[in-house]
Amino acid sequence: MSVSTRLAEIRPARSASIDAFWGMLLRDLTVLRRSMGAFVVRTIAQPLMFVFVFTYVFPKIGQGVGGQGAGATAFSSLLVPGVVAIACVFQGIQAVALPLVQEFGYTREIEDRVMAPLPVWGVAIEKITSGALQGALASVVVFPLATFIPATPVRLDINWLELLTFLPLATAVGAALGLAIGTRAEPRQVPLVFSIIVIPVTFLGATYYPWAQLDPIPWLKWAVLLNPLVYMSEGFRTALTPQFPHMPVAAIYLGMAGFLVFLGWLGIAGFKKRVLS
Amino acid sequence: MAVETAEAPASRPIENAVIQTRALTKVFAGSIRAVDGLDLSVSEGEIFGLLGPNGAGKTTTVGMLTTRVLPTSGDALVAGMNVVENPNAAKQLIGVVSQSNTLDRSLSVWDNLYFHGRYFGMSAPDARGRASELLERFRLSDRAAAEIDALSGGMAQRVMLARSIVHRPRILFLDEPTAGLDPQSRLALWDVLSELHSAGQTILLTTHYMEEAEQLCHRVAIMDHGKLLALDSPTRLKESVGADTEVRVAADGDLEKLADCLRSFEGATHTAVVDESVRVYLRGSAGVLPRVVDHAEGAGFTVKDLSLSEPTLESVFINLTGRDLRE
Repeated sequence: MSVSTRLAEIRPARSASIDAFWGMLLRDLTVLRRSMGAFVVRTIAQPLMFVFVFTYVFPKIGQGVGGQGAGATAFSSLLVPGVVAIACVFQGIQAVALPLVQEFGYTREIEDRVMAPLPVWGVAIEKITSGALQGALASVVVFPLATFIPATPVRLDINWLELLTFLPLATAVGAALGLAIGTRAEPRQVPLVFSIIVIPVTFLGATYYPWAQLDPIPWLKWAVLLNPLVYMSEGFRTALTPQFPHMPVAAIYLGMAGFLVFLGWLGIAGFKKRVLS
Repeated sequence: MAVETAEAPASRPIENAVIQTRALTKVFAGSIRAVDGLDLSVSEGEIFGLLGPNGAGKTTTVGMLTTRVLPTSGDALVAGMNVVENPNAAKQLIGVVSQSNTLDRSLSVWDNLYFHGRYFGMSAPDARGRASELLERFRLSDRAAAEIDALSGGMAQRVMLARSIVHRPRILFLDEPTAGLDPQSRLALWDVLSELHSAGQTILLTTHYMEEAEQLCHRVAIMDHGKLLALDSPTRLKESVGADTEVRVAADGDLEKLADCLRSFEGATHTAVVDESVRVYLRGSAGVLPRVVDHAEGAGFTVKDLSLSEPTLESVFINLTGRDLRE
């Protein structure tokens, strides 16, 4: 055996960091490509059941949300943005938080990436980027489900400018939420994460009803503003189904940007704390 | 018994040192001084060992040199660069094998090497070639497609080592590389390390196995409680014990008294009570065992077990601390 005589030369920090970032993104996408089946299953299971029961079964048996005829059509259209927004949050949990809990936990798998020549915060940003890409893919997978399964026609009126700006923002917020959770939760706390974060966030995220219609319950209307999913759902609502009442567009941008900065900061700080001592 | 270190061991700075620490100190929360004013210099091409019991500060020292632990004070330099000020460049020059299996479980063996190369800026063809080349050298080619969880401990350790040198680091840090390995895997790993070294690789390894330090290292720094106790070649360190024979005596009764009694034994330089036996250090080994038994039994002790060896690095550690490496 002989070690190559050619030893590493120091490259400028900037280009070394960019290469390392790209290498990690490539790694995440390779892992995703190889587990595409599992990705699709975990992405569609919940929305598929939800859309099927509420917008196909209920109208057919003449029961439930929105009633029949115009009401049912309204509800199935209303649900589309909520289902897409939930997909972004679920990807943040499944593509970022859960793998990180393992990588930080017993196996310390993250170590090799932390030793790559880029700053520790760069590794954290890579995680958000890769989570956001997976969130975008999940939205694309979920969208046709919510559009074509309902028994009653879905009415969409797409504002492309809003859609193409809200989508990256929403997926990044979902991934940043995943990073914040993943860097702080211990493996044994994962079931708790679902009970105390994921379930309340999804049910109270203006996903199954427009936020503006919460007027009869003012305390709830204001309390849920602390839920990042509200801005994601409202964003997709104005972009896909503007016929429903929604939050002012500026407030949605501001809410998403604010949560992206806050959760990103929380996640990066948590990440640093886990790998540096 | 416990010998006080008369003076701090000589740690003269070496010209062209590739690893250097100056008064390196790490105090963790709760004011635990894990590393306390450490001065080390390692020269290019050297295999350097940090030997000490668990908790001596070896892993923390490696952590600081490899940018993952931030020093409380002092300097850690790699290839002349301060790793705190310039972590990016430092990371490009070092390879790290940590204590536990940190291989990427989502990837195959081959992928682990390939993506490591990509993280360090290698092109796809370069990384591909390097991954295959190293797996072949480490006799792991037949495991290229294997999942990480299917590897034995020894194999995983070899894959970690192969991964750590994909980017051709100038300096390799190994933290307890053979902890938990069976003897055969340990020997295999020692072979690989010797081969790497013969090609000019600088290696710093931590270990609490004295055999490992003796077999592999050109120089050994003995650490305890975050401090450097001694630093020299294994041979010179062993000479510092001042004896050429170590006799272990296990007996019933008060071992401290037995140690006192054996100190007057002819040729004995000193004794120590360690690990439920008395160690007697002597000059000259001819016919010594029966006379030790006579001496001990003459003083009313019943000898249960007796063995004789040359002093080891553990003898040096006992000499310095009064404890053995496992305690």
